[in-house]
Amino acid sequence: MILKRLLDWLAGYWPEWAAYVVVGLVGIMVLIAFFLTMIMVVIWLERKLIGRFQVRWGPNRAGPWGILQPIADAIKVLTKEDIVPDRADKWVHLLAPVVAFVPPLLIFAVIPFQPDAILADLNIGILYVVAVGSIAVVGAFMAGWGSSNKYSLISAMRVAAQMVSYEVPLVLSIIGVILVVGSLSMMDIVNRQSLPFFLMQPLGFLVFFLAAAAEVNRSPFDLLEAESEIIAGYHVEYSGMKFALFYLGEYGHALAASALVTALFLGGGKFPWGALPPSFIWFLAKMVLVFCVLFWIRSTLPRLRVDQFTGFAWKFLFPMSLINIFLVGTELWWAKEMGWSLFPWPFLFLNWAIAGMLVLVWPKLFQLGVGRVEV
Amino acid sequence: MSFLQGYGFVGLLMLVALALAALFILLPCLLTRLRVIPRKPSPIKTDIYECGLETQGKTWVQFNFRYYFYALVFVVFDVETIFLYPWAVAFNKLGLFALIEMLIFIAILVVGFVYAWRKRVLEWK
Repeated sequence: MILKRLLDWLAGYWPEWAAYVVVGLVGIMVLIAFFLTMIMVVIWLERKLIGRFQVRWGPNRAGPWGILQPIADAIKVLTKEDIVPDRADKWVHLLAPVVAFVPPLLIFAVIPFQPDAILADLNIGILYVVAVGSIAVVGAFMAGWGSSNKYSLISAMRVAAQMVSYEVPLVLSIIGVILVVGSLSMMDIVNRQSLPFFLMQPLGFLVFFLAAAAEVNRSPFDLLEAESEIIAGYHVEYSGMKFALFYLGEYGHALAASALVTALFLGGGKFPWGALPPSFIWFLAKMVLVFCVLFWIRSTLPRLRVDQFTGFAWKFLFPMSLINIFLVGTELWWAKEMGWSLFPWPFLFLNWAIAGMLVLVWPKLFQLGVGRVEV
Repeated sequence: MSFLQGYGFVGLLMLVALALAALFILLPCLLTRLRVIPRKPSPIKTDIYECGLETQGKTWVQFNFRYYFYALVFVVFDVETIFLYPWAVAFNKLGLFALIEMLIFIAILVVGFVYAWRKRVLEWK
């Protein structure tokens, strides 16, 4: 590891704690620079692609192909007047953007870009991600409650409903991966994927992807900031840099979710035919691809209604994630009994068949939100 | 990288991230002092924005949020996941016994889930 080598080198000259802090800060600075740059790239990419999806140009004034648009946005947002409503709870209103911004950045500490490019390979990596990732919701709830706006409050309640519904399938779908790997460390998870897990566990992949898309509030699950119903939801009363923090946090969370999909199900930085470029390039390529699929979905599907939104999580995703756990568990036990002789190809086809059948048959068992609903 | 060093880096990252967020909030305050950012508050501007209508009454009133039962089901199954994580990590060593054990445990919880579904608790009503 680069950081470890740097630490050993510095510890030869300085006291150990000083070397440790300096090395940590170097790693963190690289990580934060990467995080902010990636967000800017992704914002530009999203605006450009959504523009094309909607048959218009997208940003094309600032710089060639509008590349400088995120920087122009940053300058604009920095010079906006900071408005705090008179009736707002001033402290909650002030702290909410901080709480929403920090957790996505913390998730990136354990994202395994490459064996030697991970800030901290915690032995409880994925559990840490789950724990930290759900804190961002608290920020959105604080914002909605603290700005004393009725639309924001409705949005805050929807945030809570969303968290309550989608957290369970998200967390359960990860268990299929852990069953195979037998470790919570992100690096171990990537190392075990000689065959990417989305091939072995299509059901778990589907559930995780959809639940993650809902957790990061991408359309069609973006009804907590549904512009046509509740203005902009929890951040109506924010302006200037505080709004920018929400914006950064939201995109950071979406990036973290696509990085997680990459690391858990798409094999991280691994590439089937050798590794010509360094593996973090593959990781980034897969991550951006997942992100593009997220906004492809966003620009294709209309927004769900709130009862359909929660019903989808409980009636479809949750049973699917439970079935996935026991499917994988039974297969692992059976493969072990057979001495791993048949592993993995028959199981792969079996899993795809079962997943396809369930996806086709299960939705026939119930209906999602028929008729009028008073929200 | 030893066991605790990784956690130290995460703690350090949290401090730096908080400092960054504080910087993002304090920088506009500084720029306001320097008169780069305008500051002209008025009663209308600092009022609540509810699509141009004047806001009526207090916001923080009691109201019926309709996913109370979701929250109850959520608590049950979120606690369940705490048991599932260590089980999943140790699964390869535990074998068939653990699989059936967990199947029984989940089945008991799923009975409750099916009951809630049949009772139409999962509808937004």
